Amino acid sequence: MIFTEAFLRSIPIFVGINYQSMAKKKGTTTFSIPDFTQSPRIDKVGVEERVSRFQKRSIKKEAKMQGLRMALNMIDLTTLEGKDTPGKVKQMCFKAAHLHDVHPGLPTVAAVCVYPSMVATAKKEVEGTGIKVASVSTAFPAGQAPLDVKITDTKFAVDAGADEIDMVISRGKFLSGEYNFVFDEIAAIKEECGKARLKVILETGELVTLDNVRRASDIAMYAGADFIKTSTGKIQPAATMQVTYTMLEAIRDFKLKTGIQVGMKPAGGISNSKLALHNLVMVNEVLGSEWLTNEWFRFGASSLANDVLMQIMKTETGVYQSSDYFSID
Amino acid sequence: MARLEVLKTYKIYIGGKFPRTESGRYYSPKNAKGEALGNICLSSRKDVRNAVVAARKAFGGWSERAAFNRGQILYRIGEMLEGRKAQFIEELQLQGATKAKAEKEVAVAIDRLIYYAGWCDKVSQVSGGVNPVASSHFNFSVNEPMGVVGVAADQSTSLIGLVSQIAPVIAAGNSCVVIAAEELPLCSITFAEVLNSSDVPGGVVNILTGSLDEMLKPMATHMDVNAIVYTGNDAETLNSIQEFAVENLKRVRHYPQDWMDAKAQGLHYITDVMELKTTWHPIENIGGATSSY
Repeated sequence: MIFTEAFLRSIPIFVGINYQSMAKKKGTTTFSIPDFTQSPRIDKVGVEERVSRFQKRSIKKEAKMQGLRMALNMIDLTTLEGKDTPGKVKQMCFKAAHLHDVHPGLPTVAAVCVYPSMVATAKKEVEGTGIKVASVSTAFPAGQAPLDVKITDTKFAVDAGADEIDMVISRGKFLSGEYNFVFDEIAAIKEECGKARLKVILETGELVTLDNVRRASDIAMYAGADFIKTSTGKIQPAATMQVTYTMLEAIRDFKLKTGIQVGMKPAGGISNSKLALHNLVMVNEVLGSEWLTNEWFRFGASSLANDVLMQIMKTETGVYQSSDYFSID
Repeated sequence: MARLEVLKTYKIYIGGKFPRTESGRYYSPKNAKGEALGNICLSSRKDVRNAVVAARKAFGGWSERAAFNRGQILYRIGEMLEGRKAQFIEELQLQGATKAKAEKEVAVAIDRLIYYAGWCDKVSQVSGGVNPVASSHFNFSVNEPMGVVGVAADQSTSLIGLVSQIAPVIAAGNSCVVIAAEELPLCSITFAEVLNSSDVPGGVVNILTGSLDEMLKPMATHMDVNAIVYTGNDAETLNSIQEFAVENLKRVRHYPQDWMDAKAQGLHYITDVMELKTTWHPIENIGGATSSY
């Protein structure tokens, strides 16, 4: 069978994007933009095999305690609900700084993550604690809005004092093969962020394949993402280890090619300490200890913090804990 | 050619499933004649932990069910037990009971389940009520389930102690984690199969086999367990349960009786694992307080 060029171009994977001629300046490094249709293909069986090994490490006693404290310090405590009120956000910000006062000396979480309308409230509440305020934007979670609305959304959050912006990509456009559209959109939002760090949410639950996850990661990083993030938390499956592993590999390759370090944020579905520790093991073994700080790695979660706290208290007291004795928000 | 008999693997019961113990260990108790009863799971503290998580998860749904429906389900357990009488009698005999004794034990166990099934939707009327107070309040008390109850089952019987301790606990609306009789474990797991086919939601009853000494501490110190029910006369064990229970002020209930006794049942076994909640509801009472409500 002979394929005509027109036929090949109708299949998303063959739609050529000529980025080769473009040169992108990021910081002081200059690098060329690759052809995203040529992003590496992912061996799903191989990924599953590798990931299952991260889950078999035995982490006990002091190492476990260190890991738990580290995980706690990497959490973006999140509330992203239609029913959020300033009161709820204030309560969460207090919790972010006072995780479990019964046990002194615990770290705080890394950041609180809220909707743009709550940024001003959150900013005021966490003042002086070192906790950052992250805001979702670009018509989160669907991202189905025109670019100017997304830019206004982002500008509003930045002006209100957000330290970090969590944007969503246009998954519909991505799946239609319009990679240049997705790239340009991310680049435009990055410009709007100013000093705020940009996290790009791929919403991997909607990207269907690991090949797509890898390609979307590459697009986001070349377009200027400071962090890539798995999910909004509104779609299942969210941050599976397979997906996170694929994105970590993309980050590693990007660093090797350009010298630029990009952060990782799995979000959604990481609800217990065991999973969090597995993730930390994976980051350490794929990227190295350089990434093991909250500057480069975050957990997006709402219920993880309490489980980690319960594990810490279990390790301290030797007694299994009950959620009755830990604050809900 | 002679047929090789397929032997039953006795596994533990957590969250409506029959896993093997997390620890991978087993023990082989023997009867008086020296015959092995089987390879039984020697559960660990992590099995206790998993069972408590399952029990806590099941508690909400079970306690919020209509009391009448809980009664129906307890009755259903009795029905299923009746249908599998022969198997229980056989197991009791293997564990050393005479035929007559085994038959009696199973019959008493079935009757006990029917007895507690009847209590389910009557507990709150009989044990609660309206209290006379000398102020403008409508004051009433109701019994509510405690939550997750740890049951250290009677070590001297295989079936009747287990049933007599579980029935009132779940009739009250609690969920439970049960440590079966160490040397007589067969009926506990067969009873779990009965529960599993009686519309009892997974996690309401969790049954672990193994060493009481080993599992008692993680269960009695567990902050998410609200009460401990213990049958036995070992003063040292009772002492240590009371010590372990201090941290979160668990209720400790001690029943030293013989469960075969027809009188070893009653309302107080249910209310023992419930907390009395009293509500003061302000009312308008222009004429001043009256002596009644």
